[in-house]
Amino acid sequence: MPASTLLIRTPEGVVFSQSLAGPVIRFLAWGLDLACILGVTTGVSMVVGLFAFLSPDFAQAASIAVFFIVSVGYGMVLEWFWRGQTVGKRVLGLRVMDAQGLRLTVQQVVLRNLLRFVDALPVCYQVGGVAMLANRRNQRLGDLAANTVVVRLPAVAEPDLSQLLAGKFNSLRDHPHLEARLRQRTSPAEAALALQAVARRDQLDPVARVELFADLAGHFRTKVKFPPEAVEGLADEQFLRNVVDALYRPRASARAPAAAQPEAQPGAQ
Amino acid sequence: MIIDLPRFVAAEQPFWTELDALLTRIERDPHRAQTLAELQRFHYLYERAAADLAQVRTFSAEPETRRYLEHLVARAYGELHEARPKAVHLRLWAWLGGTLPVTFRRHVRAFWLSLAVTLAGAALGGWAVAFDPEAKAALVPGQFGHLLGDPARRVAREEAQTENLLAGHKTTFSAQLMQNNIRVSFIALALGMTWGVGTLIILFYNGVILGLVAADYVLAGQTKFLLGWLLPHGVIEIPAILVGAQAGFVLANAIIGWGRRVPLADRLRAVAPDLVTLIAGTALLLVWAGLVEAFFSQYHEPLLPYAVKIAFGLIELLGLIWYLTSAGQSKTARPAPPAC
Repeated sequence: MPASTLLIRTPEGVVFSQSLAGPVIRFLAWGLDLACILGVTTGVSMVVGLFAFLSPDFAQAASIAVFFIVSVGYGMVLEWFWRGQTVGKRVLGLRVMDAQGLRLTVQQVVLRNLLRFVDALPVCYQVGGVAMLANRRNQRLGDLAANTVVVRLPAVAEPDLSQLLAGKFNSLRDHPHLEARLRQRTSPAEAALALQAVARRDQLDPVARVELFADLAGHFRTKVKFPPEAVEGLADEQFLRNVVDALYRPRASARAPAAAQPEAQPGAQ
Repeated sequence: MIIDLPRFVAAEQPFWTELDALLTRIERDPHRAQTLAELQRFHYLYERAAADLAQVRTFSAEPETRRYLEHLVARAYGELHEARPKAVHLRLWAWLGGTLPVTFRRHVRAFWLSLAVTLAGAALGGWAVAFDPEAKAALVPGQFGHLLGDPARRVAREEAQTENLLAGHKTTFSAQLMQNNIRVSFIALALGMTWGVGTLIILFYNGVILGLVAADYVLAGQTKFLLGWLLPHGVIEIPAILVGAQAGFVLANAIIGWGRRVPLADRLRAVAPDLVTLIAGTALLLVWAGLVEAFFSQYHEPLLPYAVKIAFGLIELLGLIWYLTSAGQSKTARPAPPAC
């Protein structure tokens, strides 16, 4: 089952997507949070218990109060100060956000946590889980009331293509017109697929890697037929690396290179 | 066409880095006022990143770069297009003196509904015990088993006590009461998601127990004891539960949305601040009621005359009525969401 996605269209007409967290990973995050709540309340109770000799009645009352305040306030406080995250959500890379992509408000945080009393019925968030399954945005009742969603945070880093393209000998470079034909016949999706395969080769199981590169190399070989001297003896993976280099390498062009968009002065008309 | 990705990334990355740093500064200190120049720069960087994202999506489909730009644009979008006022530091007295009572009055019809349902339940409970005293055992939940006995015997026992049975346990008892009652109020609010049906059931059942106990003591000729026992904390606790249910009905009204052509998300967004205000007020009232019930209501004659307890309860009731009906009237109400 494909992961749900939240698409948001900005007034500028640009669409960006957020991957929505499903019921299972949210349940796991809640499990971690529950452990944190129990740990905090147990710790505080033990500290308070040390002063029980002064007033056992007050110590017991404090334990009751602490448990209630922590169990109710844990989600509210952390999600507000950590911008939509609790310990469990942070560990599993999740975040609560407004369903329309706006900033989370304190009322949303409070409301979605108050409605846990219903979502947790009868036990272990069964009502909330059913609501999530019935909802295309994976929202439990608290999310519906507060107009929030829980998204998965991608592991983002600034793009770095240099490792893929630098310092590689490419026999296909001797045939620039064939490279151009290859670029012409390759769709952006196919190019991205090849790039991802090369970038993630170390994450693949060796047998699966060999099969994958064989399939991809076979696919690209059908697009343009390079002369035998350019491809003879090339392993499928090396051929694919050469293809990626041909597709993504900066090209020296007869016309002036496409300049980056000029930096406009803010506020300039 | 595939864009020249390395050249594109090399040219645009400084702007992305600058936007990332700016967003981090804003997220760390959201209340810091920005200068006009900073805002203009922020807007420019956001628009540039959005345009870059559009290019990458259309001409490259390179997922890592696209993911990075989506994350950046999403963060900037949330900050730039947020038109709602930022959360300010809570001014407690202004909230207590104005926001809470004004919010209560804005949704007073939901409160009347809560009251009506509770009274209907109380009428049924009173009638049940008057018609069949054995109904008490069937209707009273286990945690209130001490109410199943003969009221006259209980009053005699209480008045014969020379020491307070709760001595050494009053604080714990108070905490248990607060926790239980606040939890019930939260549930009453949360069950507003069931189109108000769950809230209605809780209220009605609460009213049944109340009416049953009241009728039982009145029929046993123990009205003065009943008033002295319940009034000090009941005049705060019962309205607090009603206010919690009022919030539940406000939520239900937003869910149902009769006669309003506003999307569900917008209706819920409009009532969310009022729901939080009402339930916070409920919690405060229940803390007070818990203190009174544990440290005052449990004392009976001859330790504490019933007249004193009843007078105390009536003063509290008058004060609460004044607060809810008159406090904050000089304040300008904020634009009202669709009222219940």
